[in-house]
Amino acid sequence: MAAKKSGKGGSAKNSATDKSYVRFENVQKSYDGEVLVVKDLNLDIPKGEFVTMLGPSGSGKTTCLMMLAGFEPATHGEIFLNDSPINMVPPHKRGIGMVFQNYALFPHMTIAENLAFPLQVRGMSKPDQEERVKRILDMVELPLMAGRRPAQLSGGQAQRVAVARALVFEPDLVLMDEPLGALDKQLREQMQYEIKHIHESLGVTVVYVTHDQTEALTMSDRVAVFNDGVIQQLSSPESLYEDPKNSFVAQFIGENNKLNGVVKGISKGICTVKLANGTIVKADQVNVDNVGDGTTLSIRPERIELQPKDKMDNIIEGRIEELIYLGDHIRVRMNVAGNDEFIVKVRNRGQKRNLSEGQKTKIGWANTDCKALDLVA
Amino acid sequence: MTDIAASETGTTSEVLTTRDGVPLKRSLARALRREKMRALMLIAPLLLFILLAFVAPIADMLFRSVENNIVQNTLPNTVVALRDWNPNSGEIPGEPVFEALAGDLKIAVSQKTHTRLGSRLNYEQPGIASMFRKSGRKVKNLEEPPYREQFIEIHEGWGTVENWATIKQFSSKYTDGYFLSAIDRERTEQGIAEKPEKEQIYLFLFGRTFFLSVTITISCILLGYPIAFLLANLPLRSSNLLMIMVLLPFWTSLLVRTSAWKVLLQQQGVINDFLVWTGLVTDAGRLVMINNQTGTIIAMTHILLPFMILPLYSVMKTISPTYVRAAKSLGANDWTAFWKVYFPNTIPGIGAGSILCFILSIGFYITPELVGGTSGIFISNRIAYHISSSLNWGLGAALGVILLAIVMLFYWMYDKIVGIDNVKLG
Ligand SMILES: Nc1ncnc2c1ncn2[C@@H]1O[C@H](COP(=O)(O)OP(=O)(O)OP(=O)(O)O)[C@@H](O)[C@H]1O
Ligand SMILES: [Mg+2]
Repeated sequence: MAAKKSGKGGSAKNSATDKSYVRFENVQKSYDGEVLVVKDLNLDIPKGEFVTMLGPSGSGKTTCLMMLAGFEPATHGEIFLNDSPINMVPPHKRGIGMVFQNYALFPHMTIAENLAFPLQVRGMSKPDQEERVKRILDMVELPLMAGRRPAQLSGGQAQRVAVARALVFEPDLVLMDEPLGALDKQLREQMQYEIKHIHESLGVTVVYVTHDQTEALTMSDRVAVFNDGVIQQLSSPESLYEDPKNSFVAQFIGENNKLNGVVKGISKGICTVKLANGTIVKADQVNVDNVGDGTTLSIRPERIELQPKDKMDNIIEGRIEELIYLGDHIRVRMNVAGNDEFIVKVRNRGQKRNLSEGQKTKIGWANTDCKALDLVA
Repeated sequence: MTDIAASETGTTSEVLTTRDGVPLKRSLARALRREKMRALMLIAPLLLFILLAFVAPIADMLFRSVENNIVQNTLPNTVVALRDWNPNSGEIPGEPVFEALAGDLKIAVSQKTHTRLGSRLNYEQPGIASMFRKSGRKVKNLEEPPYREQFIEIHEGWGTVENWATIKQFSSKYTDGYFLSAIDRERTEQGIAEKPEKEQIYLFLFGRTFFLSVTITISCILLGYPIAFLLANLPLRSSNLLMIMVLLPFWTSLLVRTSAWKVLLQQQGVINDFLVWTGLVTDAGRLVMINNQTGTIIAMTHILLPFMILPLYSVMKTISPTYVRAAKSLGANDWTAFWKVYFPNTIPGIGAGSILCFILSIGFYITPELVGGTSGIFISNRIAYHISSSLNWGLGAALGVILLAIVMLFYWMYDKIVGIDNVKLG
């Protein structure tokens, strides 16, 4: 029952839990018979986990969610819920709570009626329904809104009602498709916290979809980075940032500097790479296999030392193109080995630095902070 | 300048003024007036057209339902003389009235207006037309007064109280007589009473018009709802094709469509032939589907269907499919999701379509005329009959007013129950 390798850098590191609750097995999906929107998806989600699907627009996140909820049939492969295949189970029998991107609160019902709807269709008695609705409204801190219509709520309130409605019938699994997409930044951050809080207090399994990486990193136990219908990497937010398995993940998560070169030698997980202008640097071997292959090196801007005083693994020269003062740090745009989009973040510690545009200066980084990944143009 | 403004705002504390002291409201109104004038000029031609070609004729027509100065204009002195006469006395009027009548009638004959008066009063009192015609011919032969006996000799109608009562009753400028006829009532000595049973027709026709319109509207909902649903949910290419098919009837003349139904539905028609061929009905038992209510219902449902489909479609188009998905994810099966979530959201469309179909069908004329026979005709066919055949315009107008009032009443009721803001036409 171990997770299968998925995508190029698929990892099963954190899903070592023996009991998986949701399992995608070799799932493929095509809408038109010509293009595979989801290509060979394998995913294991243990009970109680908060998993986020993160990826650019059109990468197949919603499609995966729809297959799990039962609104789209999988073209190939099998989806398991609690170890039983659910491909033939209609959506209303799956017992999966779902929060839609536009909330999909029923406009002709009051908030209380919206919340009572899943209880009503399950044949719960009226007093029990009221009791539950009241409890869930208290939980999302909207006790006075019961009689209102969805149109009379603010965006954040509507969003909370949508979450409440997906939770009120106590499903074990809740799917959320970009539930915060329509909210402004401040409200979004507050709601992220609240959803996370609800998840922790109820212990439900959550599959969450977003294309906002900050949201994914702050909320999730694990993040599945989607691209082109394939999970590029599935791991904890920390290792996603620290140890990207391929160039796509490195580029997609956080800020990142690229340097292209050719591998000249590999020893003990450290590659020697010759950059375009002939400079030789060393980097962590992650996604290159053979000497002579092209590679893209990836270095985070905050891991680079400008004018290093101590001895460092790599020290090369670059020219400062632009200085941008941002208060807590200074962004230095440099030309390094022919790449003039090379960013270095210098923390503002108050000391005077004599930096000026056009100046040539040295930069340095540790081998482990530089990842040798697959070549991208 | 600023000083003045300041002092002015100080004294007239509440009223805001512009800098030169003109109250802000007046200044704003002046500024907006030009805009308004320009807008008015733009719509002026249409406004004029509507006034002349729509509002004025209708108002005139409606006015005819109460207007009644023909008696007064034709027999002015007789009407004055009749004031003192009490129809309940059981006696015909005295000599002064007949004297006035002789005078009035001579003038009327010279202007040839007495026959018109006769036929007008004939609506109220059958037989009175011939009385006027005969008297008109002989009035020049009248000798010296007293006239009473001479008139009764010309026509014994002058000696009956009923005829005089009719003349007196309709001698006022306005009358409710048309309206009373329109609801099968008449004025008798005992006040307003129902007409004799065999003369009652209009209330029954109103009832039938209403009943058939409701039936047609309901058939339109039942047939149109699935089509509208398909239109709103099929992929664009198929739904466009379907839409063209829905709109196709609009490009065909109403007359042609109705006649086509005649061909299809008549006893020797296509449908009956087919049923006989399949053996479902015997040759002797061919179905009667035309020239009766069935014919009217079928043909009018077909004609009004697009008016139901289009508003329904425009509403359904705006209902996000995620509502039904949300309902299903919450545990509702297909039927519950449809009935509890999708259907309530289409009610504005059903309302708009129903109002449209009902109001159109309640005033329909051509189709019932062609395929309705006698049992399938509407009140409007009767109105048309009075306007163009019997020339009793007053009664036609009264029926029209009642029809208009009923439509308004339904509109008002609908507004109260569903709310007119809920109606969506597009
Ligand atoms: N109903 C459909 N019919 C045909 N193609 C579809 C359908 N729904 C989605 N697609 C296609 O499938 C691909 C993946 O779509 P999907 O909605 O899963 O993307 P997503 O990752 O959710 O993107 P976003 O972040 O923009 O929501 C897209 O290329 C899209 O055009
Ligand atoms: Mg999506």
